[in-house]
Amino acid sequence: MTERVPVLKIGDVLLVSIQVDLEDQTVLDLQDDLAARIVATGASGVVIDITAVEIVDSFVGRMLATTAAISRMLDAETVVVGMRPAVAITLVELGLSLGGVRTALTLEKGLDMLARPDSRPPAKP
Amino acid sequence: MSGPRPVPDADHETITIESNDDVVRARQLVRTLAQRCKLSLVDQTKLVTAASELARNTLVYGGGGVMRTGLVRRDSRVGVTAVFEDSGPGIPDLDLALTDGWTSGGGLGLGLSGARRLVDDFTLDTEVGRGTQVAVTKWAR
Repeated sequence: MTERVPVLKIGDVLLVSIQVDLEDQTVLDLQDDLAARIVATGASGVVIDITAVEIVDSFVGRMLATTAAISRMLDAETVVVGMRPAVAITLVELGLSLGGVRTALTLEKGLDMLARPDSRPPAKP
Repeated sequence: MSGPRPVPDADHETITIESNDDVVRARQLVRTLAQRCKLSLVDQTKLVTAASELARNTLVYGGGGVMRTGLVRRDSRVGVTAVFEDSGPGIPDLDLALTDGWTSGGGLGLGLSGARRLVDDFTLDTEVGRGTQVAVTKWAR
């Protein structure tokens, strides 16, 4: 039995706040849960809060990129918020720059970004 | 990379890596040691991330194995070392395996090459049919 990360709905945005050290299976479950919830709720945005996440390795990094791509296909935009500076430095050195993933420094800025989707050019593929 | 051989402290811990849960335990153990060694926050993050990649490799490609980790000393410096060992198929082409983006499995191909960039010392011994041992060390500045 692996635990599941809760997916909360606020308006037409789904919010996921990762608070535990993620096991790989939990990461895959979250990806599936999010895709299902986007379709079930018709959400137009997804915010993934990683404020509490101490490391993002290539597996979690790939999940973030894949989730952003899947939600885009399901007509929802994803924003990753709250990345720690040490995590950003490590990810880039690891070789993952998450080119297709939109980020914001805080939850508030992330929600704001989703509320005004045209305020920024679309992410490069 | 060179210099005198690092001297391990007596109390190195060994854990088995046989499930996803063990990968989480491996990185938590390395994080505890990195904090004890007073690595900077960025260096802690780099080492724990490297340990996570290597523990997953041990599980996914090596078919499971062990991690041995602890503090090491060289001259007046203290560091954290982690050694990952499996009796899996080994790596037939090491240069290829250390190339960014190359993977024999379903991954991104950044685990081994990325882990090497994130640490100070990196050694890899592998023999086809016998297994693989990867040792990494991060030194306190």
